[in-house]
Amino acid sequence: MDESWRRAKAVFAVLGGPPVLWLVAFFLVPLGVIWGYSFGENRSLTEIAINGTFGNYVHAIKPLYLGIILKSFWFAAVTTALCLVVGFPVAIAITFASEKTKAWLLLLIMLPFWTNLLIRTYALMAVLRDEGYINTILGWGWSGVSRLTALAGHPLGAFQPLPMLHNNFAVVFGLVYVQLPFMVLPLYAALDRLDRSLLEASLDLGAGHLTTFARVVVPLAMPGIVSGVLVTLIPSVGAYLTPDLLGGPSSQMIANVIERQFKTANDWPFGAALSFLLMYMTFVAIAVQAIVTRNRARRAA
Amino acid sequence: MDPGFRPRASSRRSLLAGLGAAAAGLSFGALEGCAAKARIGPNGEEQRLNLYNWDTYTGKTTLADFKTATGIEVKMSLFATNDELFAKLKAGNPGFDVIVPSNEYVTRFRIADMIEPLDLAKIPNRTNILPAFRNPPFDPGRRYSMPYTWLVLGIGYRKSKIDGVPDSWKWVMDSDRYKGRIGVFSEADDMIELGAKYLGYSVRHIPPAVIDRVAQMYIRQKPNIKIFHHDEGQDLLLSGDIDIVMEYNGDIAQVMLEDPDLDFVVPREGSLLNSDCLCIPKGAPRPDNAHQFINFILDGRNGAQIYQTIKYPTPNAAALALMPSDYRDSRVIFPPPEVMARCEYADFEGLDRAHLFDETVTRIFAA
Repeated sequence: MDESWRRAKAVFAVLGGPPVLWLVAFFLVPLGVIWGYSFGENRSLTEIAINGTFGNYVHAIKPLYLGIILKSFWFAAVTTALCLVVGFPVAIAITFASEKTKAWLLLLIMLPFWTNLLIRTYALMAVLRDEGYINTILGWGWSGVSRLTALAGHPLGAFQPLPMLHNNFAVVFGLVYVQLPFMVLPLYAALDRLDRSLLEASLDLGAGHLTTFARVVVPLAMPGIVSGVLVTLIPSVGAYLTPDLLGGPSSQMIANVIERQFKTANDWPFGAALSFLLMYMTFVAIAVQAIVTRNRARRAA
Repeated sequence: MDPGFRPRASSRRSLLAGLGAAAAGLSFGALEGCAAKARIGPNGEEQRLNLYNWDTYTGKTTLADFKTATGIEVKMSLFATNDELFAKLKAGNPGFDVIVPSNEYVTRFRIADMIEPLDLAKIPNRTNILPAFRNPPFDPGRRYSMPYTWLVLGIGYRKSKIDGVPDSWKWVMDSDRYKGRIGVFSEADDMIELGAKYLGYSVRHIPPAVIDRVAQMYIRQKPNIKIFHHDEGQDLLLSGDIDIVMEYNGDIAQVMLEDPDLDFVVPREGSLLNSDCLCIPKGAPRPDNAHQFINFILDGRNGAQIYQTIKYPTPNAAALALMPSDYRDSRVIFPPPEVMARCEYADFEGLDRAHLFDETVTRIFAA
């Protein structure tokens, strides 16, 4: 398209104006207000004075809070790794499916978005809990086996349900469940563009399937992997509902601490500082990633 | 038992509380603008009233009865926690006429100058209030609030899984006897104040060293605790996820109707009292209607109709007299007086204290 905004200012203003206004009024301005609060102080129950103090940030980098942020990144990293391991084969399968099946498979990937996250999380609780679907089925199996062994004179003990809810396993499981589509879709987008003849060339020239995968498919899908990792990792770090509903006594993530500052503790300035600390860290991570990619691209060139 | 999640309608804060922020948007909007123009009543106010209340906290016909009696149409919105209520009104009253904060939040609203003093002349039914609730520490002389219910935290438990009556906080806070079957309330102030109570201190003005001891105790206890819950303890107990839990008497009384294997006790060390109160927020568009509504609720018959449904203890003598004996004689709804004598209200002790409590539970959860 050789249309430039210089030649069609009116068209661009009409088309671009409303989204820009929307973004400024409902995203940047509120974000700016919260950023301002992060340099503020509670004056009373309802008043916050923005006086440029760094006290909230000093408080936020105490080992207690840094530890929780680190733990949140750890949860998110495990989630992202699992999503990648599970999502890659799924994305490949969709890529190589016939056109008709492909549409159905993509629909299946997107179907969960039609249900609210909260409802999906509660549904997961019904599946994972001690008297939930998985444990009920396992219990049936157990009593069946027990009946058989009883015939041989050795009945099994009472069935102990697997503890799958209210622990860290449940948090990671829930996060993988929620984030998986965000990993599969960019991977699929990258793999679908991949030139199949390159794979044939690699196989013809003597590389095995594994070598082809590791040295041809993965490097070519790298942009998809990177964006998949980012859109999985960042929301996972800030997950709040999942640890809250599925987690156990030690599943607190940083977003739960931030939430409490805005609700129970009524300490908006500190909550704002914690939120922005997390955001600065994410920015730095993305910047480092961009620099690494650029350097690698330059070396390749 | 049904293995699935069971959303139950009969709980003051359980489901909504779990939803946290997601619930905050539920009740917003449609307050002022959308409703059709209402008729003007004899007091010069529109025949409407906006009530902001806990979930399932009115009788089946309370609001309809009020409309029959006065012609005023009540629109009720729901909140899940006191903090949500406070946060919603913090930036200015969006049009509520009557709100239902708990005790120390009455103090908080008063300090923040967010509620109106009541015109007691317009509330003759206040004489129905039991003497114990006429002069509470959080609102001396009842100038700003009228009591709606009261509640006490205690231990709900499954009789077949617990030996005897677990009448000490020890069984949830300081013992591995019921390892992996314990639920503890996740609210910072309730956790710490009850911990101090167990260690023999008052829930008010807890010394910093004691707060630290309480934190150490919970950190030691963590391997035995299954979950820090958000006031859905009665559901967890009912579904068999846990066997012993810190919860409110009214919540456990409701599930005891469904499962006779459940029971409730207020530990012998004493506990925390709460009382939900009717208040009129600053900027209420229809203050006279609000007074009429409060007076209506304090009427014996109207009150009894509410408590029949919600099973919370009543602070209203006239309503109590009309209640059936299975309510009046329930030791869950009305724990024995010698235990109640050791229960206290907490105070709002300033923002710094709230921040200290929050950091303490952050430490406990992170340990």
